[in-house]
Amino acid sequence: MIEVTHLSKNFKVIKKVKGLRSSLRTFVNPQFSNIKALDDVSFKINEGEIVGYIGPNGAGKSTTIKIMSGILVPDSGSCQIMGVTPWKNRIEHVKNIGVVFGQRTQLWWDVPVIDSFYLLKDIYKITNRDFKHNLDLLTTTLDLSQILTTPVRQLSLGQRMRCEIGASLLHNPKILFLDEPTIGLDAVSKLAVRNFIKTINKEKKVTVILTTHDMNDIEALSNRIILVGKGKILMDGSLTELKNKFSTEKIITIDYTESNEVINITGSKILTRTKERISLSIDLNKIKVSEVINLISQKFEIKDISVENRPIDEIIIDLYKEYQV
Amino acid sequence: MKAYYSLFKMTLIKGLQYRISALAGVSTQFFFGFMFIMVYQAFYLSNPATQPISLRELILIVWLQQAFLVFIMLWFRDSEIINLITTGNIAYELCRPTDIYNFWFAKLIAQRLSRAILRCFPILLIAALLPFPYKFTLPDHLTTIILFFLTLILGLIIIVSISMLIYISMFYTMSPTGSLLMFSVLGEFFAGLTIPIPLMPDFLRNLTYMLPFRYAADLPFRIYAGNIKHDEAIISIGIQLFWILLLLTVGKLWLKKALNRIVIQGG
Repeated sequence: MIEVTHLSKNFKVIKKVKGLRSSLRTFVNPQFSNIKALDDVSFKINEGEIVGYIGPNGAGKSTTIKIMSGILVPDSGSCQIMGVTPWKNRIEHVKNIGVVFGQRTQLWWDVPVIDSFYLLKDIYKITNRDFKHNLDLLTTTLDLSQILTTPVRQLSLGQRMRCEIGASLLHNPKILFLDEPTIGLDAVSKLAVRNFIKTINKEKKVTVILTTHDMNDIEALSNRIILVGKGKILMDGSLTELKNKFSTEKIITIDYTESNEVINITGSKILTRTKERISLSIDLNKIKVSEVINLISQKFEIKDISVENRPIDEIIIDLYKEYQV
Repeated sequence: MKAYYSLFKMTLIKGLQYRISALAGVSTQFFFGFMFIMVYQAFYLSNPATQPISLRELILIVWLQQAFLVFIMLWFRDSEIINLITTGNIAYELCRPTDIYNFWFAKLIAQRLSRAILRCFPILLIAALLPFPYKFTLPDHLTTIILFFLTLILGLIIIVSISMLIYISMFYTMSPTGSLLMFSVLGEFFAGLTIPIPLMPDFLRNLTYMLPFRYAADLPFRIYAGNIKHDEAIISIGIQLFWILLLLTVGKLWLKKALNRIVIQGG
């Protein structure tokens, strides 16, 4: 469905230096530096996948999305999406895709949302039947009924974002590019958006490519992640693979009846300790969770236990550290 | 095609909402109309030689210029398109299966049309009620009116094609100020909005006839006033069509080139 091979893109940026004198020097004799936004990126995405495209700021996520949606022309490499090169056959290509750039708006600012939808209907030549069906579906799943008649400028960020996602799906796209779709959303809206993405993926077989900094989005949605950094693909695999590789630690929190007994278990590290509670981080390569609980239960009267995986955010930070991005 | 028409319709309806702005526009244009007429009157009174255009014709032209100001002014700009280009929101515009040139074109035409509809009738109506030398009147022949409307619409297309060039230049400059200023000062002068073209010295008049600007702001009004006869008007329509073809081709090619080199930053 999507095949990207050896994609590269450089940006030429003027080096700006601090201070008046150096500014004048830059003015007379500008120094350029080349930034490799994408450096030989290749991947393949099949129909019906939800792919999380992650990486730190400035890794080249948005650049990839822009190239795949036909906005940006790469320096070299090829990209075939449903048999079409996006930047060469822009108009033909964009009929098949829906795009949401979280930081921009595609709705017309001072008309009600529904007017924008109707204009999109004509732009994409959507038939009346499809339009009505999609509008009903979007209105109910994204909870839009209250806000459809409000001018876009009066909507809150979350309301607007739900409308943006709706707008990008009116024409039944086969592929949906979401560039930070949950940016600035409250918990309820986030959940609504996530559920919605899941639904259309399942029911309409829409392929979704998603960039985000919110790891919960990735956890809730994607079965595959592609990690980029400094313009290169660092990892391409399933979320579980990633977790297994990097999550060799678990955190155990235990409540017990008051005791000052000393605890010293090899392979574990005490995170916090009070008279009635202890938090331990356990290295699974050295000791099993059950063994730790066993050891503790011999000395304490346990009231409650909870075992947690390391938060995925921390795993990602480790990952960034390991690849030095 | 339907998409362009829908955008046209939406922009038109949107533009018709702004009543207060129209009211303010009408009063401003009245003020300017009177000022121009006073200046010309003083000029004609102090200068007894026969001029290539009569004061009466000039008065008609002034009222029409004021009534259709949004049809002829290059400085009239669409902040939405400017924002699209400078903020990078054009990204979305590029994600739609439409031709951007045609899309913007439809929008710009609709915008000027909606503003003109709100402004022209009150101005012309009130001007028609004024005492004689200042009065706005209908021409004697129906043909004149037909030729007037035809050249006016073609003129609107010329103005919008020129303003498209201003917007496209923003892909390179990122600011509308420079090209807008250049185009509007030169354009206004060569359209005869500063000095009426019939009153210009020969070499300047010849120059204006070689540029597109007068075919929007000068030609239709002088046809209406009777200063340009029907046979000349018909030839001029041919020249208008030539300019439209040229400006559209240049604009489309330039936009295509500009889109190939754009970089949308951030986000």
